[in-house]
Formats: sequence, C-alpha cells, structure tokens
Amino acid sequence: MTRPAKVIEQTPLIPAQRLPIAKTYIEEIHLEFAKAGILITSEIVIKADEIHLEITKDTIPMMAEKLNAWNFSLIQLTATDERVLQGNFRLFYTFANDEKKLLLIVSIGVAETKPEFPSITGIIPAAHWYEREIRDLFGLDPIGHPEIRRLAVHRDWPKKLYPLRKDFSLASDVPRTDGQFTFKNIEGEGVFQIPVGPIHAGIIEPGHFRFSAVGETVLNLEARFFYTHRAMEKLAEGKTPLEALLLAERICGACSFSHAASYCQAIEKLTGTEVSARVNFNRTAVLELERLYNHVGDVGNICAGIGFAFGTMHGARLREDIMRLNEIVFGSRFLRGIITPGGLRRDISLENSELILVSLAKLEQEFKELVEILLGSDSYMNRVETTGILTNQIARDLHAVGPAARASGINRDTRRDHPYAAYDRVLFRVPVYQQGDVLARVKVRIDETFESINIIRQVLKSMPEGELCKSLGELPPYNYALGITESARGENAHFIMSGPNNTIYRYMVRSASHCNWQVVPSTVPGNIVPDFPLINKSFELCYSCLDR
Amino acid sequence: MLRLFLKSLQTGVITTDYPKTQNVPAPGFQGLPEWQEPNCKKCEQCAEICPTEAIKLDKEEGETFWSIDPKKCIFCGYCADVCPQAISQGKQYELAEKSEHPLQAHNLKRSVHIRHLDSGSCNGCDWEMTTLTGPVYDIQRLGFDFVASPRHADLLMVTGPVTRNLEIAVHKTFEATPSPKLILAVGTCACSGGICGKSYASSGGVDNILPVDVYIPGCPPRPQALIQGLLKAVGRA
Repeated sequence: MTRPAKVIEQTPLIPAQRLPIAKTYIEEIHLEFAKAGILITSEIVIKADEIHLEITKDTIPMMAEKLNAWNFSLIQLTATDERVLQGNFRLFYTFANDEKKLLLIVSIGVAETKPEFPSITGIIPAAHWYEREIRDLFGLDPIGHPEIRRLAVHRDWPKKLYPLRKDFSLASDVPRTDGQFTFKNIEGEGVFQIPVGPIHAGIIEPGHFRFSAVGETVLNLEARFFYTHRAMEKLAEGKTPLEALLLAERICGACSFSHAASYCQAIEKLTGTEVSARVNFNRTAVLELERLYNHVGDVGNICAGIGFAFGTMHGARLREDIMRLNEIVFGSRFLRGIITPGGLRRDISLENSELILVSLAKLEQEFKELVEILLGSDSYMNRVETTGILTNQIARDLHAVGPAARASGINRDTRRDHPYAAYDRVLFRVPVYQQGDVLARVKVRIDETFESINIIRQVLKSMPEGELCKSLGELPPYNYALGITESARGENAHFIMSGPNNTIYRYMVRSASHCNWQVVPSTVPGNIVPDFPLINKSFELCYSCLDR
Repeated sequence: MLRLFLKSLQTGVITTDYPKTQNVPAPGFQGLPEWQEPNCKKCEQCAEICPTEAIKLDKEEGETFWSIDPKKCIFCGYCADVCPQAISQGKQYELAEKSEHPLQAHNLKRSVHIRHLDSGSCNGCDWEMTTLTGPVYDIQRLGFDFVASPRHADLLMVTGPVTRNLEIAVHKTFEATPSPKLILAVGTCACSGGICGKSYASSGGVDNILPVDVYIPGCPPRPQALIQGLLKAVGRA
C-alpha cells in the first residue's frame, strides 16, 4: 500500500526572473523612509540586486518596523570594525524582498565611545542571535535585548575581549576564566534535567543539549553551540579572494560547494564580474548534485532515528553512488576544488555529462522505490507523522529556511526568489507542505530530489559554450556585497567587505544552520526524549556551519 | 515486509572487498601533488602559493629537493594550478603514517572498537566515517565497529584541529577511554591544524593536545584511506 506524496501547495512552473531595480523604487524608499521618520544619511547605491544605504543609529527600530510591514525579511545582521578607517564600528542589516527579488543592506555607524545600538529583536525576532553574536564578538551591546547570556563565546572566555575586533590578534593566547553558564531552570514535581553532549554517541558533530523532562516527555530543550568555532571568519581577514576561497570551501563538509558558491558570488558582485553562461549552467549542475547527495542521504538517515535499518542502509548506498559520481566527474567526493571566483576550475566533459545522466536515471528509479516502501510502512509513518512540529509562526518569526521552512508552509526558495547561477533558465517546482512535522520535512526532500534530477537534466541538455574562468581584477577597497545560495539545508548568505590591496576586510557567513538551529528547540517539547534524535535528523543541520 | 526483502535481494551484495582489491581513483582525482623534477624551474611558486606551507624546496649544493608533507596538504591543487608543467595531483590517497613514538597499544588486532571524537571538524571527515558503517564499506567485515561511549572503545578517531571550546571535552574523552588505547588523527585539520592552523580558537592539530599514534591525512580522507589507516594502526597494513 502506498500513500501518495501529496503536495499541498505548489508554485507554477515558470522560470524565475531577474529584475533590474527600478529607479522609481529608490524614490519610493526615500519617500517611505521619510514618512516613517528614518533619516537616510548616505547616497543610495545600487549594486546588482542590492540596494545600499546608511541611516542614523537611533532610527533603526523605525526602520525595522517599516521594513517588516513592507514585506522585507531580515536575512543577515553583522558588524565590522572600521575604527581605523572612520573611527567607528558599522552594523549591516540585510533585508530580502522575495517578491521584488532584491536585497536591501542598511548600515549604521556605532561609535567606540558609546558601544551600543538599539535591539530590534522585539520587532524582528530573527535578529535574536545576530545581536548576541555582535555583543560577544565585537563588544557592541544591543540595548533592550531580552537575553543576556553568551552565545558565540563560551563561559570560560574572558570578559571584555572581543575576537572580531581588529585590535584582537588571531594568534592571541587567551586564558580560561571561571565564567558561569546557567540553563533555564524548569521546576515542578518530577522534573529532571538530561545533559547530552558535546560529545555524542553517534558519529556526529559536537553540541550540548539540555532537556528538562517529566518521565519520557520533554518540557523544555536548550542547546549550546559554538564548540567547533575555528575562527574561519577571522582567518579570512587580510587574505586574497583566492586564498579565502579555501576557507569558504571548508566551513562545512556537506555544504562545501554552496558555501563556496555564495562566497564566489559575493566576490563577483564586488568586482563586477559577469561569469559566462557555461559557468552558470555548470554551477547549477554541481549545486544540485550537492543537494542530491544530501537529500538522498538524509531521507535514509532519518530512518536511523527510528531504528529502521533498511531505510538507513539503502539511503547510504544511494548517497555513496552520488559521492562516487562526484569523485569521477570532479575528483572530489565533497565537490571541493571546482569553483573559483570568476568561474570554475573544472569543466564537465561530454562523456561525464552522459555518465551523470545515466547515473541519475538509475538513482531516480531506485529512490522512487525506496520512498514508496518508506511511506508505505506503517511503523515508519507512525513515528514521523505529527512528530516534532515546527509551527508556521515560529518558522516565520525566526526566519527558518530551506526544507524545514517549506515543510511549515513557508513558500521560500532562494533559487527562485533571488535567482543565481542558471536558476532563471530552468523550470522547477518548489514543494511546500503545511504540517511542519518530520514527515513533511521528509516529503519536501523527496519532492526536491526529483526536482533536482530534472534541473540537472535541463542544464546538461542545454549546456552553452563559454569561457571557463574570467580574470577578476582587483577588489575595489572598502566595498561590500552579499552572495546567497540555497544549499540542501537552505539559504546561505555570505557578506564580504573588501579591504586594501585586494584583500578581504570582513567575511560573515550566515549559513542555513544558523537560522534553523534557532527553531529546533521549539519543536521538541511535548515529544518524548527518544523522538529527539529523529526530530534532530529531520532538520539535519550542521554544527560547523553555525560555529564557523 | 515482503517488499523490503525483495528490494534488498534485488540489490544484492554491494560491499567492496577493499583492501583485498585495490581501488584506483578516476583520472582527475584531487590527490596528493606529485613533482616531475625535469620540468621544475625551481621558482618556488608552488611553495609560495601553498596555503598550509606543506611544500618545501630545499636547495643544497646546486641541487633542489622538493617535498610535500601530506599531513599539512589540504589537496586544494593550487600548486598544480600555478605550475602545471612540474606538478600534478596524483592518485595516491593511502597516506596514513605512524607517529615517531611507539604505539600506545600493540595488542589490538581483529576486534577493535572505535569511538569518534569530533574536536572541531567541518564534518567532511565525520561523514566519511559514517560511510564506513554503511553497506558499501561495512568495516565490521574487517573486525572494526563504532561504539557509543569512550568507555567501550579501544581506539579514538579524532577529527578537527581541537578547538578551544572542545579541548576540555577532548581531554575528558581521552581520560574516559581505558588503556591500552590508540589515538588516530583523522583528516588534515587533525593531523596538523590544516586550513585552521593555530589560533585563539584552534590548537593547530591533535598532537598538540593528545599523543597521536597514526595520522590519516586527507581533506577529507576517502573511506578507503580511513580503512588503510585503521589497518595500519593495528598492524594489519
């Protein structure tokens, strides 16, 4: 017996469009901001699909209210230490408007003598972690933020030491101190705490989970991260685009290519480089191959959360097939060493293109059989249905991304909403489910797997000729740009500010896991402890993507 | 239930017999860089561009000796890009090497229990270790298995450069593992710090924190390279 994978809501099959930003829109921003009492203190600059402008610090809450009402969502917030340049820090708020397909980057200056800024977490909850990160890493205080605990540095990190400030050296030897970190205390008869991690029982990355439970039922879950913090952003500072690319590729193993693609797109925007159509088509194929090995592996691996070895093993087998294909075609199982700013280091030969198509045909058939068996198994369905529900409201408030968001009724996909590579040249559907449970997240991945196969077929079939790599030229100093891609886990947004002599001044990586780790704890209360591994696997997030 | 059996029967046996049969990567594999001496102009561009200082050119009495340290190499291929005449990425991936010190355990052979210890990896190495437990590599056939607790382990496979925020957990896991035990540094980050190097956040390699018995270079190492490293650690390769 097979239950059909019913798609509740589906976008029409039309190619996404890249729209030039209309001049009239700039006038509209001027007008609307003036009406809301927001003072624009700079010229409005248009760069590709980005609008850059600067406002005064005290009007930030008004701006947040205005843009919130205007259908802009906050996708990134970060700081730069520009004290040696202009005597202050700067904050960059990046908002995305999916309908208009544009990014609005609003910056403010924060003086060293008054290292604080108004928090907007009360207006836009998605700012919650960004503001805490800025407090921990730059020492700028978000006034009015509801959470005073540390996020990005651990309890034994000294007070008043901020690693992303320019006067903090990467090679610093930092002593450990006696700080405390208190978890929320849930009280009541029979309530007990279960500490889990950072070293887990499986072959997975490190993080700490603190469950408060009564019997089997979880009342509250808190998570501590940043164990794998390797200073990737600080390492990129002062490096050339080519040097820092190697860091971008190694932020995460399983999202290696999409991180590198986000990075390259930001660099290309900064230098005004238009890559060839061949590069764009090629990149699309590789991005989808990355999604494929992740999605197929994840659909299998979720079965490990319920002890259904059949699914785990068949998923692992199909995933291995794709990873071997990756190695044959590109020389790397994790798709490293392919992309570079300005183009590609490796092309797909006609012979390999055929090999990919043959492999995909086999994968499509096998994966179809596998998911039919899974969705037709009552013991499987019993565990995944109604388990670990992410509500639409929380997903919306905290800007959940990727399959997790689409399983909770949020119709957002960077490939369609902010098209890059060749996504405006292919036809694909964006599956959206409303239930928000483990099953919905599985179904999104299943549907997307078939869409990915179709996307690869389209790009390989109409692969245009073109230059494989263009020379970039120098980075214009002290400019900034954002590169976004949709990884298997969701939107990856990379912010790059250039420095002097063709170097990077600041690099901020906001991965899909950065957004989605915030929503995971909300999905666990009410479920039983043994369901946590299943719920966690259904999000399949990276720790290294967040911790950097 | 019947469909499950049928599907698995149809699939058949897919397990590799590595290391019995060698596995040679396809052309274009991003392996360890190799040097063709006759084409080398001794310009040192390869050493300059190497992000982890893995390449060295020693000049002695008019002769040049080129060397690469696999424990530092991240296999990015920049050296081969800058000098395609004299350098190419080879197919070698079985790069495990024993430490200069004697092994901490000699009696482990055919029933070895492994505990994974992530000390701050990018998860690439972790995923390849997960692959070992799958149907294709199935390391149980070679007498290895992953266990859930360091208390049950004979051997720790450590990935990542040991970050500041995991150093305490690394020590605790090491202490919790009964002796005699073996420590494997898995992946270039664990072997030498790799791209992360040594910084306020990273200790620059596992051997700065724990005694390492075997190094398995790679970024990440292929599953076969992990198997080779494991076999080497127990004296079977």
